[in-house]
Amino acid sequence: MKSLAELQAIRDKMQNKVALREGTGEKRVVVGMATCGIAAGARPVLGAFVEQVNEQGLAGTITVTQTGCIGICQYEPVVEVFEAGKEKVTYVKMTADKVSRVVEEHLKGGKPVAEFTIGQQKA
Amino acid sequence: MIRAHVLICGGTGCTSSGSKTIQEVFAEKIEQFGLKDEVKLVQTGCFGLCELGPVVIVHPDGTFYSRVEATDVEEIVSEHLLKGRVVDRLVYADTGSDAPVEGNVSLNDTVFYKTQNRVALRNCGVINPESIDEYIAMDGYAALGKALTEMTPEEVIQEITDSGLRGRGGGGFPTGRKWALTAPNKAPQKYVVCNADEGDPGAFMDRSVLEGDPHSIIEAMAIAGYAIGATEGYVYVRAEYPIAVARLQLAIEQAREYGLLGKDIFGSGFDFDMHIRLGAGAFVCGEETALMTSIEGNRGEPRPRPPYPAVRGLYNSPTVENNVETFANVPQIILRGAEWFASMGTEKSKGTKVFALGGKIKHTGLVEIPMGTTLREIIEDIGGGIPNGKKFKAAQTGGPSGGCIPADLIDTPVDYDNLTAIGCMMGSGGLIVMDEDTCMVDMAKFFLEFTVDESCGKCTPCRVGTKRLLEKLDKITKGNGTLEDIDELEQLCYYIKENSLCGLGQTAPNPVLSTLKFFRDEYVAHVVDKKCPAGVCKDLLQYVIVEDLCKGCTKCARNCPVNAIEGAVKQPHVIDQDKCIKCGACVANCNFKAIIKQ
Repeated sequence: MKSLAELQAIRDKMQNKVALREGTGEKRVVVGMATCGIAAGARPVLGAFVEQVNEQGLAGTITVTQTGCIGICQYEPVVEVFEAGKEKVTYVKMTADKVSRVVEEHLKGGKPVAEFTIGQQKA
Repeated sequence: MIRAHVLICGGTGCTSSGSKTIQEVFAEKIEQFGLKDEVKLVQTGCFGLCELGPVVIVHPDGTFYSRVEATDVEEIVSEHLLKGRVVDRLVYADTGSDAPVEGNVSLNDTVFYKTQNRVALRNCGVINPESIDEYIAMDGYAALGKALTEMTPEEVIQEITDSGLRGRGGGGFPTGRKWALTAPNKAPQKYVVCNADEGDPGAFMDRSVLEGDPHSIIEAMAIAGYAIGATEGYVYVRAEYPIAVARLQLAIEQAREYGLLGKDIFGSGFDFDMHIRLGAGAFVCGEETALMTSIEGNRGEPRPRPPYPAVRGLYNSPTVENNVETFANVPQIILRGAEWFASMGTEKSKGTKVFALGGKIKHTGLVEIPMGTTLREIIEDIGGGIPNGKKFKAAQTGGPSGGCIPADLIDTPVDYDNLTAIGCMMGSGGLIVMDEDTCMVDMAKFFLEFTVDESCGKCTPCRVGTKRLLEKLDKITKGNGTLEDIDELEQLCYYIKENSLCGLGQTAPNPVLSTLKFFRDEYVAHVVDKKCPAGVCKDLLQYVIVEDLCKGCTKCARNCPVNAIEGAVKQPHVIDQDKCIKCGACVANCNFKAIIKQ
């Protein structure tokens, strides 16, 4: 290794990959992955979140994780976004296609995508 | 795309409780459930909670699973990894409060981890020790880069001096001063030596660092080489640490491949390379001059100092020799500054110290705490206290070279000077906890047996003196001692301390001296009353059947292996003391608690 730049390059490349273990995520994206969630298609949603968070280099600040059934099975796939000091945002009937808007507008922009949230659903 | 990491401890403790098999089963189940592209398996170094091994951590949640068995793996994979439901029954979540725990508990909130401050162990259990890339991701080799490109060797030494780092092998000599003494000595070749000959019974700090974070040692040795003008390094590690040796070897090869060892590192013109030397397991080789003699290929015997290694060390060249844990602190000091390091600890002992907790304690394992933490916090909070409701009696620090801290000094803040003041020593960090069932004379005898075996034989005070000490102790524990024996024992201790050639002999009497200091009454009980208060020394022990309690059920007589118990059915039984071998089988089998030790 002949320069610090080379070291820095390896570091940058690898940091995203180990960031997952740091647990410093300021925002947590939690995907419901119980039987109901999986049946409704939660897996591609989770995959899309993980992929896009990593691609955009957000892995250090955003933790994508999963949880069990939260009881509103008819609205699955359900995704909750937690942020310290803010109220939890619950997205329902998510699809992989909807993920990019949540990442762009909510996770990066700080503004929840109102039309995907549970409040906008008609019973 | 990877969304979860499963960290499996690959330290020696967890390996011996079966973590290798668990890793294989995880790989199999992850494949079976189609999660191969989503979940990554990582083998790491020691997490520290060896008692609860094998340990598995699932990230990003940080769920800490303990005592995982191969049969549990499918449940973790299908429930947690697939469906996101934490397997509660396997989670370690001892937060110290009685309130029931719900959901996920952050590891840092558990009693075992919350007061810890991991500097030397920062990467242990976090990264894969076999991946140089993961080490680099955790700012690895950045300190070496900084030292080589931005600092002069003098500035590096100054930074280490200012940090107040002292030798973690036990001596506590200021590391910066050691380097400063070596740097100005002119020689065609100088050396950096890492002492990984961790020989104290009950100590495994250095092993865990080498197993969990081998690159930190390589980086620190290169920094030391730059500071003192050495281009070659040796790690002297025990052959009994096969995992540590293999990982260190791999790490050295990786570092060479990346050009982090070799010629012209970071284009600075500085060359450094290093080698491993295996020790054959002699305790004396942990002494610095004996260690260097052994590296040279000779029989591991110490030689008188001065000349100190700083002037004439390995191959008669100026040499810096530091312990593994000392080195593990160095990169962090260079990166984060002397001030940061000096902000931890006490006035004269800066930073943190790693302790290997062992003996009569709930959480056997590895902890790293700021200097100045009290023994009470270490044992009662982090260590989880004494098992089976027994009472804490004393703790032995420094292994066979150290002394004991009795229960009434449990609030002593642990640092170099406080321990020396009470006739103890920090040692390399082994901390053996003893409860009320431990006989202190027997304990001193145990350590003396060790030093008698390990004395290299070069000097008479150590070779013959320790043997005579052991004989006296043996006499006392057999009930044949007199009060004069205790006085002679004490005198001989001081003689050996003053006249031995090296640290082994100079410290060998410490366990006797400190138990004499704090538990003299136990010695007296052995020689005057011919009793062992803790009920350990077999020759001073009698098993007796209490007549009033004995129902004459004959169970003890049937279980006695030497037929020493006699008595008719429904009549009180009697133990024939001449036949009794004091095995305790009768006590274990009596349903009426009618048999007592006295």
